Amino acid sequence: MTTVRNFVRSNVRNPNAIAYFLMAVGALFFPAVVQFATGGSGDYLVGLAADGGIYMLMAIGLNVVVGFAGLLDLGYAAFFAIGSYTYALVASNHLGVTPIGHSLHVPFWIALFIGMFVAATAGALLGAPTLRLRGDYLAIVTLGFGEIVPRVFRNAGIWTGGVPGISALDVPTLPGWVQGPWIGQDFGWVPDFRFTSANLTAYYMLMIILIAFVVILVHNLYNSRLGRAWMAVREDETAAAASGVNTVSVKLLAFSIGAATSGFAGAFYGAKLSYVSSENFGFIVSVTVLAMVVLGGMGNIPGAMLGAIVLYFILFWLLPNAPGQMQGLASSLGLDWLNQSNPNGWPGIGEVVSRSKYVIFGLILVGIMLLRPQGLLPSQIRKQELTHEEPEALAAPRQLQA
Amino acid sequence: MSLLEVSGIDVFYGRVQAVRSATLEVDTGEVVALIGSNGAGKTTTLRTISGLLHPLRGTIKFNGLDITRIEPQKIVGLGVCQSPEGRRLFTRMSVLDNLRMGAYTRSSRADIKTDMDRVFELFPRLKERMNQIAGTLSGGEQQMCAMGRALMARPKLLMLDEPSLGLSPILVETIFSIVREINATGTPVLLVEQNANKALDVAHRGYVLETGSIVKTGSGKELLASADVQKAYLGM
Ligand SMILES: Nc1ncnc2c1ncn2[C@@H]1O[C@H](COP(=O)(O)OP(=O)(O)OP(=O)(O)O)[C@@H](O)[C@H]1O
Ligand SMILES: [Mg+2]
Repeated sequence: MTTVRNFVRSNVRNPNAIAYFLMAVGALFFPAVVQFATGGSGDYLVGLAADGGIYMLMAIGLNVVVGFAGLLDLGYAAFFAIGSYTYALVASNHLGVTPIGHSLHVPFWIALFIGMFVAATAGALLGAPTLRLRGDYLAIVTLGFGEIVPRVFRNAGIWTGGVPGISALDVPTLPGWVQGPWIGQDFGWVPDFRFTSANLTAYYMLMIILIAFVVILVHNLYNSRLGRAWMAVREDETAAAASGVNTVSVKLLAFSIGAATSGFAGAFYGAKLSYVSSENFGFIVSVTVLAMVVLGGMGNIPGAMLGAIVLYFILFWLLPNAPGQMQGLASSLGLDWLNQSNPNGWPGIGEVVSRSKYVIFGLILVGIMLLRPQGLLPSQIRKQELTHEEPEALAAPRQLQA
Repeated sequence: MSLLEVSGIDVFYGRVQAVRSATLEVDTGEVVALIGSNGAGKTTTLRTISGLLHPLRGTIKFNGLDITRIEPQKIVGLGVCQSPEGRRLFTRMSVLDNLRMGAYTRSSRADIKTDMDRVFELFPRLKERMNQIAGTLSGGEQQMCAMGRALMARPKLLMLDEPSLGLSPILVETIFSIVREINATGTPVLLVEQNANKALDVAHRGYVLETGSIVKTGSGKELLASADVQKAYLGM
């Protein structure tokens, strides 16, 4: 009992612990709240949130590369694509129509890890020559890589299904799953469970479990000897080498672990959609994930997660709904003429908002960075630096007024 | 055979030669000072011994092993550690993490703990401030942290590049007495200094480097007494 109390007491002032706690509670209750608020028709929103989990996984992975090791990766989505396509090849009928002539249906969890492994290997192959060079080269090389990979997939003809991509991938499965009253069914064990769009809550829950798993893994890495070596390399590469760090292999590990996470997310996403095409992996995805990391708080895991939540919410819920909301607002204010398009070139308020979606997005990003330059939930160190706060002031207990 | 044997190394930065045919030795238990004016090539020599630079000609042997072209992390693994010029702490990591980074190549947790305690004994200030971000330490504390980090590697040869740079006279005294203390426990020290007076006072032997060449060598006392050295480096 006292240990519990001590644990709570030592964490109530720790922003990271609070963030983890709130995110966990929020995530667990989200489906129930949504279903309640929408009167039971919230499946779509639960599914949308679960897809957001994909971005969160990517942000956690990119945070290792950019935040921990200080390597600027501008082509992160390429590894996502590699994971997706690898999964598609080993877990669908597609190989049957290629010159190989035999389709493979590797069991889901193994295929998922194959996707991850291939992405990590691609990361290592790309990183090995580049990471020997100093910082900026990596940004350029990954930028190019991010542009090339989707093109290769689009143009590899029969091997990747060209522009339409590959469809009918095997969906995620588990040997069993628990159903219960929380999704309006009787409590029970469902054997051979398949995660399809018919049971989005289950997909959502699986997503949360995967994220929790990845967070624990990355958190342990962060606190390990390797984690310290990453930070040392980020701080001063020569001094790190002089301390005995093999800087190239340490950077390569960060880069490959990031690529593996992205590949893992890609494979899982492809499986869930049961479909891949080269359309979804462009530069904009890489930049979005990078923005999530920077905005959330570089180098801090819950920061990157929070950044992912906020940006995903803005990009996939707020902005798509903004035109409709504005129209509603205009008519409820009696300004219906705003909604009408007129021949002078005014297309109607909804259309205007919809066209300036990315302008609004940009303004929001700039706004957040101005208000919180250190990120939404910065690592303690970054906070000390950017606010010039004396570290003693943070550590010292508050003096009581006499 | 000496512990460290540097023989006839030529080191270049591109086409500029920074060290010319330098030969020096450090034996077990010694403090050896390497003095010389700005740009003489002292830092270059240390960086070459550490494997961060490679000489065009000449060899470097440690414990009889040729380390001339070995990678820096392997050289650290052999026990040759330096506290580099300008400290080069990991400024955004805590003091504790900086010290832990010093022990990066070692695996025995118990030994690391022992050495950590010893570093905290030598530098009680660091113990008080172990959770502070290294970049926010005062200059003197940063120097202590840099020396502590080098000691955490349990070096068989400790190389210090201008440990007294920018410190107040009292702290300079402290730093040099700590160098003595470290040496008294059996660790040989190769000491690079601008403060020739102090360095030669602690050192058993010294070398004088001038535009890349070693122009004079002798015991600390001899060099202190030598007219050339006095004129050039001691301002007498
Ligand atoms: N990275 C570099 N590129 C080119 N020249 C360099 C480089 N580093 C040092 N030099 C040159 O090599 C020479 C020796 O420099 P070094 O840093 O070894 O001097 P030093 O004896 O340590 O001087 P100080 O006492 O000022 O630290 C200098 O002329 C310097 O300009
Ligand atoms: Mg120097």
